[in-house]
Amino acid sequence: MVVWTDFERTTIQDIFSKINYAVVGQAAFSRCLTVYPWTQRYFGQFGNLYNAAAIASNPKVAAHGKVIMEALEKAVKDMDNIKATYAELSALHSEKLQVDPDNFMLLGDCLTIVVASQLGKNFTAEVHAAFQKFLAVVVSSLRRQYY
Amino acid sequence: MSLTEKDKAAVKALWAKVSKVMDTVGGEALGRMLLVYPQTKTYFSHWPDLTPGSEPVMVHGKLILGGVTEAVSKIDNLRGGLLELSELHAFKLRVDPSNFKMLAHCAMVVIAIMFPKDFTPETHVAFDKFLAAVALGLSEKYR
Repeated sequence: MVVWTDFERTTIQDIFSKINYAVVGQAAFSRCLTVYPWTQRYFGQFGNLYNAAAIASNPKVAAHGKVIMEALEKAVKDMDNIKATYAELSALHSEKLQVDPDNFMLLGDCLTIVVASQLGKNFTAEVHAAFQKFLAVVVSSLRRQYY
Repeated sequence: MSLTEKDKAAVKALWAKVSKVMDTVGGEALGRMLLVYPQTKTYFSHWPDLTPGSEPVMVHGKLILGGVTEAVSKIDNLRGGLLELSELHAFKLRVDPSNFKMLAHCAMVVIAIMFPKDFTPETHVAFDKFLAAVALGLSEKYR
């Protein structure tokens, strides 16, 4: 059972209310594909991912970044039930998409860096810790259906 | 995943900016690591205060970032150039190498906060590769 402090709850709600899902999603996902190029293996149908500039201007990458943020919002809306919320998505990533779960935190780290650069000084050490705890819970839930 | 000439240039360009505020970056990164990855506190049980911004954290953060600056200057031969520091980490500190990644990530978060326009995805990948190479250099003498 994940125990959230009041600070952590308000921090997560606050961050997600402030960020633009299309902008942050595109930035985080394209950063992941650039910094960890082996993650491109799952996106063969996305077209040109040849270099950083191509990734940054790829419309399918942008669209998918937004999809990811909208999926994260489900966890934000029900922080006490993240495991149940992602049961289906976990099975999807494991059985259909066959994504190596070690890759989840690579995206998580890129998202953290994008949110940090957006929030600037407001992304204090305490806010940072709450955000990464949230992502760790999300990743753990996504890993659950792997066997 | 060795550093290309383009990577090295990107790292040096970024570090030229970061080194001007190096003292803060080091302390901030270390403080965040202790908070975000609490298991890393196990290496500092001898400090009176492990909270972000505290004196031991800021002083030690500065020391660590000094090491990174040294690594930047030896970017063409990290394995050879970091032998002394590697001996320190291998025989005295015995930091599990998995922890290097956590500090590296926190350093990059701090850099992203302070230099959002400079820490582009291309600079990020070069710097991530560099810090991974530094970690490898530091673990050289472990066994």
